[in-house]
Amino acid sequence: MTIQFNDETFRGDYSFRNSPWAIKRFPFPFHEDSYMYSVNMEQHRGGPAGSVFEKRFDVDEHYVSEMRDRALVLAEDPLRCQSLPHMTLAGWDLLELIMVSKSEDYPDLFELHRDGDRWRWVNKPLGIDDTFTFMDETTLPYGPLEYITRQTQGDFAVLDQRDDNLWMDAGMVTTQADWSLDFDIGMNFFEWHAPVPLAHELGIFKRALKFLMNVQQGAPARRLNWTMTVNPLLDTSPENYHKWGIQKTELTAENIGAKQHLRVELQTFYRLPRSNALVFPIRCYLIAFQDLVTVPKWGRRLHRVIRDLPEELATYKGFIANRPLMIDYLSRHDDGLPTSPGVWADLETEPPLQK
Amino acid sequence: MSAAPQKAKAGAEKIEVIVSAVVPVNDLVTRFEFRRPDGAPFPPFSAGAHTVVEMKDQGRTRLNPYSLMSDPADPSLYAISVRRDDQGRGGSLFLHRQVKPGDRMTITYPVNLFPVDLRGRKHVFLAGGIGITPFLAMIAQLEKLGARWELHYSVRNAALGSYAGDLTARHPGKVRVYHDDQQQAIPLGDLLDGQPLGTHVYVCGPKGMIDWVHRTATEHGWPKDNVHSEEFLAPQPGTPFEVRLCKSDMTILVGENESLLEAMERCGVDAPFLCRGGACGQCETDVVDHDGSFIHRDHWLEDDQRASGKKIMPCVSRFVGPTLVLDR
Repeated sequence: MTIQFNDETFRGDYSFRNSPWAIKRFPFPFHEDSYMYSVNMEQHRGGPAGSVFEKRFDVDEHYVSEMRDRALVLAEDPLRCQSLPHMTLAGWDLLELIMVSKSEDYPDLFELHRDGDRWRWVNKPLGIDDTFTFMDETTLPYGPLEYITRQTQGDFAVLDQRDDNLWMDAGMVTTQADWSLDFDIGMNFFEWHAPVPLAHELGIFKRALKFLMNVQQGAPARRLNWTMTVNPLLDTSPENYHKWGIQKTELTAENIGAKQHLRVELQTFYRLPRSNALVFPIRCYLIAFQDLVTVPKWGRRLHRVIRDLPEELATYKGFIANRPLMIDYLSRHDDGLPTSPGVWADLETEPPLQK
Repeated sequence: MSAAPQKAKAGAEKIEVIVSAVVPVNDLVTRFEFRRPDGAPFPPFSAGAHTVVEMKDQGRTRLNPYSLMSDPADPSLYAISVRRDDQGRGGSLFLHRQVKPGDRMTITYPVNLFPVDLRGRKHVFLAGGIGITPFLAMIAQLEKLGARWELHYSVRNAALGSYAGDLTARHPGKVRVYHDDQQQAIPLGDLLDGQPLGTHVYVCGPKGMIDWVHRTATEHGWPKDNVHSEEFLAPQPGTPFEVRLCKSDMTILVGENESLLEAMERCGVDAPFLCRGGACGQCETDVVDHDGSFIHRDHWLEDDQRASGKKIMPCVSRFVGPTLVLDR
């Protein structure tokens, strides 16, 4: 289908909206009525037609506006994109992966023409038509990592693999759930995950590291993660906490349906071929509570998950103070009926709200 | 997304290939070049990567890892060089005797357990015999990146020095070849002492050489993380033994000339694996119960894990005794 790109903002007047199409394809992250950490990985090779899992790098109606928001963040804070000197090759790997994937998956939007090392890249939604020499940085306006991720939704952590660990040695991070590339740059897997509660005790990170170091070329993987955000903010960074943190106190029973958003990350993992680095794209999807509850199954289930979530997790995810408001709102969309297993909306088979 | 975590898939993704050339390099070593049947380019790869070659040998499937030695920047072909091992279990003999140009074969996507540390200010390669193969790809890659490197290559004699002539002709001043039959040896101590800060050393060759390099580097004050090695182990024959597989609910017999992993595969058990050489850790299996002793041959398990009797790497390790029960 042809995508109609929204003209919207993720700051100021917050004109961000999800169309009915975007609501229906939202990556709802809970496969049952409760939530606990797990190494919930699966192969990333397609998914149901139209779902966010179908393409290697999902492009949706928010694409053009998200890229505009990224440019604003970078203009204020260039350190959101960094690449240590040994990661340039990984940057070229990522540029190639994205250009090849997008031109194959969305031929009406993106074109890649290769003649040896002479490449022409056409990005129609953003009006870009550049010719450059692959592996020659002087022929691009930015380094390869910054060039391609200014044109691709989602954050990108590029991890070097050495000494039996993964190292956060490059990235583009402007739509993050309260973590900082500038703070984490150069850290290893255990260092940058140190603040996460409970998961260490469960042995989650040891197993996750082992899994990730074994992600092989040609066999990408994916998982979902989630948190909560008041107002449709892409940039919930520690650097700007003084701007957005205060907005969490503005939530009321009257505005919660419009203001409170479930924030879901589609995290994918690819082995990069030339550098042997691992790239970790983290794609952020936002949905307002009032839109989410239009899917009866999701309204029922979100209420139960938020109500029963361990206190440590609600604290870590930053919504412990607003949880009573959330439960109050969501309980009105939970009639106690059972829910079907799995994450899908099941609009045709799940009954409408009975109250 | 599915509800349940997925089971690890056995092995890397596969690529169908045609043998495009079989080139004798010397009396012991032959190079096999592969192309794709549809002429499509191969995936790019990182130097140091290996591929697992699937061989259909009289009803039995052999899966052996070999380093990719071709130029990683050339997507038109993959190449491996194989040393004939007359005492081995037969994989190299099969390749040398049975495989002809035009044959169709299946290999895996590249997997890299021996990557170049791209932070290195300089890279010193130490090769022994057929251990030269990953360095051929590394040299090609580092030349393109304009990085500093040198190679010290120990061979039995001039006639068995695979690619030694080529390398010295193409990179005079960067390659030194040492001939055993002329009592030449890599002057390792001096070599290590003379390197600039930020140098990384890589060794690939016989086990004795790898141990010697690690030991000497430690004695000369080198940081552990600046010394890299790769040694593929071939499974060794041994006394047959019986294994109970709980999850699969079957008891199997591991024959003299097959590995535990191969025996499980023969019996239709889909066990995870990647390198099949005791290095990657993918096939690590929990031991439920045992009465007897393990013959651990992998590079993966820690000493305390071995002592615990609760883990085994079925690709290369064996067992002697009446009872072994695995969680597989």
